[in-house]
Amino acid sequence: MQGRSLAFSGSHVSAQLYLNVAVSGLLTGLIYGLSALGLSVIFGVIRIVNFAHGEMMVLGMFATLVLFRALGIDPLLSLPLVAAALFAFGYVLQDLVVRRVAHLADHMQFLLMAAVAVMLISVCLMMFGPDAQGAQVSYGFDSFAIGPLLVDKVRVYAGVAALIVSGLLFAFFHYTLTGKAIRACGDNYTGARVVGLNVRRLYALTFGIGTACLGAAGAIMLLLVDVHPYLGPSYTLLAFIIVIIGGMGSLPGALLGGMLIGISEALAGVILQPSLKSAFSFGLLILVLLVRPQGLLGKVAR
Amino acid sequence: MDRRHLLTTGAALGAASTLALPTRLLAAGAPLKVGVLLPRSGVQAGIGQDCQRGVDIAAPILKSLGLPDLEIMNGDTESKVEIARSTAEKLIGAGAQLLIGAFDSGQTTAIAQVAEQKGVPLVINIAAAPQITEQGYKFVFRNFPTAGTILSNAFEQQKAVFAQVGHAPKSVVFMHVNDTFGTAMAGGIGKVMPKFDMPYKIVETIAYDPAARDLSVEIAKAKATGAEALLCVSRLNDAILLTREMIKQRWTPQAVLSMGPGWYEDQYLKTLGKYSDGPLTFSPWYDPKKKLSQTLVAALAKKHPNVNLNTNHVFTFEALLIAADAYKRAGSADPKALAEAIRKTNITDNSSMGPGIMFNAKGQNDKVVDGTVQNVGGKQVVVQPEASATAKAIWPLPAYDKRG
Repeated sequence: MQGRSLAFSGSHVSAQLYLNVAVSGLLTGLIYGLSALGLSVIFGVIRIVNFAHGEMMVLGMFATLVLFRALGIDPLLSLPLVAAALFAFGYVLQDLVVRRVAHLADHMQFLLMAAVAVMLISVCLMMFGPDAQGAQVSYGFDSFAIGPLLVDKVRVYAGVAALIVSGLLFAFFHYTLTGKAIRACGDNYTGARVVGLNVRRLYALTFGIGTACLGAAGAIMLLLVDVHPYLGPSYTLLAFIIVIIGGMGSLPGALLGGMLIGISEALAGVILQPSLKSAFSFGLLILVLLVRPQGLLGKVAR
Repeated sequence: MDRRHLLTTGAALGAASTLALPTRLLAAGAPLKVGVLLPRSGVQAGIGQDCQRGVDIAAPILKSLGLPDLEIMNGDTESKVEIARSTAEKLIGAGAQLLIGAFDSGQTTAIAQVAEQKGVPLVINIAAAPQITEQGYKFVFRNFPTAGTILSNAFEQQKAVFAQVGHAPKSVVFMHVNDTFGTAMAGGIGKVMPKFDMPYKIVETIAYDPAARDLSVEIAKAKATGAEALLCVSRLNDAILLTREMIKQRWTPQAVLSMGPGWYEDQYLKTLGKYSDGPLTFSPWYDPKKKLSQTLVAALAKKHPNVNLNTNHVFTFEALLIAADAYKRAGSADPKALAEAIRKTNITDNSSMGPGIMFNAKGQNDKVVDGTVQNVGGKQVVVQPEASATAKAIWPLPAYDKRG
């Protein structure tokens, strides 16, 4: 295959290029999927749309950066610590603040989460300044060469870590009693209360798990992207696109949506123009909304 | 004169003398109130705060030059055009007698409109959009080259570098950020490049989103063109992303020829370490051989030990220099007198490249020129023009995978 050229858009782009780009897009998509899982978990159970999603991930990135700089801990190794810290943050936020607006109209909830987002940006700006900062790991510039395929080592590690975290999350929701109880709360709030589940605690746990996912995604993302306080909104938007494509509240849907966006953005960059990558994501979103409004793996709301 | 007339005249004289008092006081040594508008927050916050370093070091240097004191009034444009406009209005309302700013062309255009409307002089530190000084404004002055000048200088100096190293690439891939500055430069290339008979052809143009999180596809595409060199117009974060991807995808072009910010900035050098060496940047810069540049280097080293002097510091400092110099010559904070004094500026012992600071009828310093800067050993070294160069250009770009 090497050296064979395909003519497209007036330029010669080799099959090798497509292969490299598709693999890179798939690995990036896995990380996008992991970050979107946090949004999907929270919405799927508590029915709160987390507008501070991206900012919470940025918080996870900064926490990872601090551990890397202060203690020299590799971002992948600090992942459990950061996820635990974000879990605690999410648990407390839900139990002390979000819970108190759960009965209010949707727009009031949106405003609350938007306010949390602004506060997180301000705190990060105050503590870390406006500059983009990254963690320079020893393998940061390495890549695996498999025949004509060149795969970024960081993306491989990040993609594998995203798969492991996602697998643990699926296992938790399907094979543990607490996980099943959380799903029961999401499926039938009244029924869950009737059978005696402690819904308040389970909601806080769910929010904590959602933010823990963001902490894990943030730790992984720091290997790929430099963090700065204003990074959040673009990731919030991206997560919305992913969960809507995959299906709001569907965990496999979030992962599938992430991979689809990752691959399609990457290929659109080659086939069309790189500056059209975002437009392509939104095009995909519109298409899914027209053809399958509940998302690829979502259920129709009754 | 009857009693009523006497009272009216007396009141009028009293009012006139009261109104005239501030000007007299200023002339007697009161500092000039200067509103410094910068993007201190928002997406350009890093650069805005870098520009502020030029303000931080100014006071003692201006004093040593025998210039009057300035009272700095800080304004934050939040990297937004509409906030830039309203902040300019607020600063003028709070007593600013001269404005300086604002790094970004869009924000500066909005501030220029306010300055002209209110009749308060604006000295632009950094902004390249040509139209700002093409509006016939009387109160707007710019000591920074326009996009056209930056491009013309860049092509001239590229040829000088090729002659110096005895080699020129035959093909380049042009990558540019898809924002106002990037698209203006991309549009300008089509018009300006044919005039310079460049030795290379642009084999492909790749535009990318300024907020891109990942530029792996862009670099894969650029590498696949087989171009000998990379010509680019970028910002800081994308310059870092592009470099990382070039290393990971094992692509070292003969040269990186940058015609914008990013590749020479301290954060680029610190983030990439040994991988930051080699890119050539064609950009407005300071002349390292000028005395004032050496003063600025020393002052910055004292105030911010880990920061290298750059365009942001120098042109922001020079804007304050212009303000203080004009205030001294005008002897008054009267806006018209200040504007007139700025128009007659003739500072030859400045820091930026070119013969000095002087403005044409449009308020543009058309004498200021680019320099060619190469990153060598974590420092920015001037390699062109010859008169200002402190070293020869290193060619080709050292291979990324052989840097130890």
